[in-house]
Amino acid sequence: MSHLPILPVLIPFLTAGLLLATHGMAMGFKRAVSSASVVALVVVSILLLIESGDGLIRAYRLGDWPAPFGIALVADRLAALMVTLTAMLAAAVLISALSGTDSQGRHFHVFLHLQIAGLNGAFLTGDLFNLFVFFEILLLASYALLVHGGGLPRTRAGLAYVVLNLAGSALFLIALGLTYGTLGTLNMADLALVLPMVASGDQALVRTTLALLAAVFVLKAALLPLGFWLPHVYTAAALPVAVLFVIMTKVGIYALLRVSTIGFVTAPFTADLLQPWLAWLALGTIALGSIGTLAATRLSVAVANIVMISSGTLLLGVAAGSVTAYAAMLYYLVNTTVVTAGLFLLADRVSRQRGAVADVFEKGPRIAGILATGGAYLILAVAASGVPPLSGFLGKIMVMQSLQETSTAVGAWAAMLLSGFVVALVLARAASTFFWEPGRADKQAPTPEPVRQISSNTGSTETALLGMIACALVITLGAAPISAYTRATADQLATPAGYVEAVLGDSSAIRRERRP
Amino acid sequence: MEFLVSAAIGILTASGLYLILRPTTFSVVLGLTLLSYAVNALIFFGGRLGASAPPLVLPGTDGHADPLPQALVLTAIVIGFGMTAYLVALALRAKGESGNDHVDAGEER
Repeated sequence: MSHLPILPVLIPFLTAGLLLATHGMAMGFKRAVSSASVVALVVVSILLLIESGDGLIRAYRLGDWPAPFGIALVADRLAALMVTLTAMLAAAVLISALSGTDSQGRHFHVFLHLQIAGLNGAFLTGDLFNLFVFFEILLLASYALLVHGGGLPRTRAGLAYVVLNLAGSALFLIALGLTYGTLGTLNMADLALVLPMVASGDQALVRTTLALLAAVFVLKAALLPLGFWLPHVYTAAALPVAVLFVIMTKVGIYALLRVSTIGFVTAPFTADLLQPWLAWLALGTIALGSIGTLAATRLSVAVANIVMISSGTLLLGVAAGSVTAYAAMLYYLVNTTVVTAGLFLLADRVSRQRGAVADVFEKGPRIAGILATGGAYLILAVAASGVPPLSGFLGKIMVMQSLQETSTAVGAWAAMLLSGFVVALVLARAASTFFWEPGRADKQAPTPEPVRQISSNTGSTETALLGMIACALVITLGAAPISAYTRATADQLATPAGYVEAVLGDSSAIRRERRP
Repeated sequence: MEFLVSAAIGILTASGLYLILRPTTFSVVLGLTLLSYAVNALIFFGGRLGASAPPLVLPGTDGHADPLPQALVLTAIVIGFGMTAYLVALALRAKGESGNDHVDAGEER
């Protein structure tokens, strides 16, 4: 048994422990340890991606306890893809934080690695309760990262975010308690075997339970009635932290995709659990995100709302539930994660350059290196709004094509085209303010709420920004191999039997006790 | 017995929800605590109610208590406790920075 699947969890965990134990050391030491760990993480996750490319699903049984009794980590194509994406973002966050964000508060690197461990664990685990534990790890780290740097706006946003997620965790635990009480298992592969055997009297309760589980996941994914926290939280956080938070909505989408493809579809009474409402709420999320983008007065607020639009678009793909929709949506997921992360980095650079005006859409000091910044902005804006020829366009076309057959196709097309138009409009208007109307340092410029300490060293943010732009271009130029990979991933998701066999082996050997 | 337990969980949850919706952070923390009590009880009783089943598989006894909910509830209690502690610390900081313990601390209303 290869130990590769556990490394993406183990490396950041051990690093976090080491950094905590040596917290009295100089900043340079912490940065070196943190960077070495992220480099190792990138290497390991790319190895995992290559290994999973052969289509085999690898189950890693912790302590060699046989599933479903022990906890198994499962590395399939989807998990490997998400882990790699996390590693890329982690690298960008780390590089941009080296410009000084990491020394604005204590233990930045510890929390960064704990959050990476939680994210990777959530992507790799094959057990629902273990998924809860990793969710809590990543949330606790995110609570601390959110208030990193201090200030009342962050504390206020943090308070609301913590309360909301504690309520979400309570809901998650209720769903898990009921799942175990009714089905007698929490292993996702085992769920697929047990669900079709549920007695007809229990079906309503099981359906409710799984609906609660779905509600928890869409809370993380910021679906319409549960998504109002997102713009507040993302814009209150220090911008390098916001970059890492981009992947957090994707955790909810991932979990919903995983549980619905393995669990929900295997029994007739849960197969239609998501259909009646998910697509409509996703459309509402896109609409809300578009309105929020239009109303934004700062670049980071606009980008946070773009994250919300992309969340809605991705959930449209989950709601469609076909192989082509999954494939298209996963390609779009990679694209939108990289591009919105890049836009947050760009907002960081812009606000550092413009002093007190920061990234508010107002006249401000001239931005140094306007050609390079403007070029980066152009590339990211084109990719984010879905204008040809970059990856955003390709991703949106794929998603739209895959939604042609669904009942909400008209609404989905309209929502995606209109939201793309809104994003293009807002980003273009912002660009003309930032790059074409440089004035003097404005006297009555309003001080934006979270005042960021402006550090002279912005070189590392630019490196991270360049990295994200390079990734966006790779996603565009490498669209064929990447979409082939996501297509294969979707095929793998559509055949849950393979996952079940990889985790449980010969499932008839499991001795089941009749529950009273 | 079943009715009593489920009614208790229901009342705890309802009280917790009511307190979460109050405007002061103190009530919200209390509400989340009540909610986590309810959740812990729910997980624990997911292993079925019974008074005499041993927690181990012993020769000569038929049936045993399900050990997994007990393990799950321990994890849930520990995590819930840590989260509540963090929330209290954050609420105190918000009160220190804004001067009141309203959930939208310091925001103009």
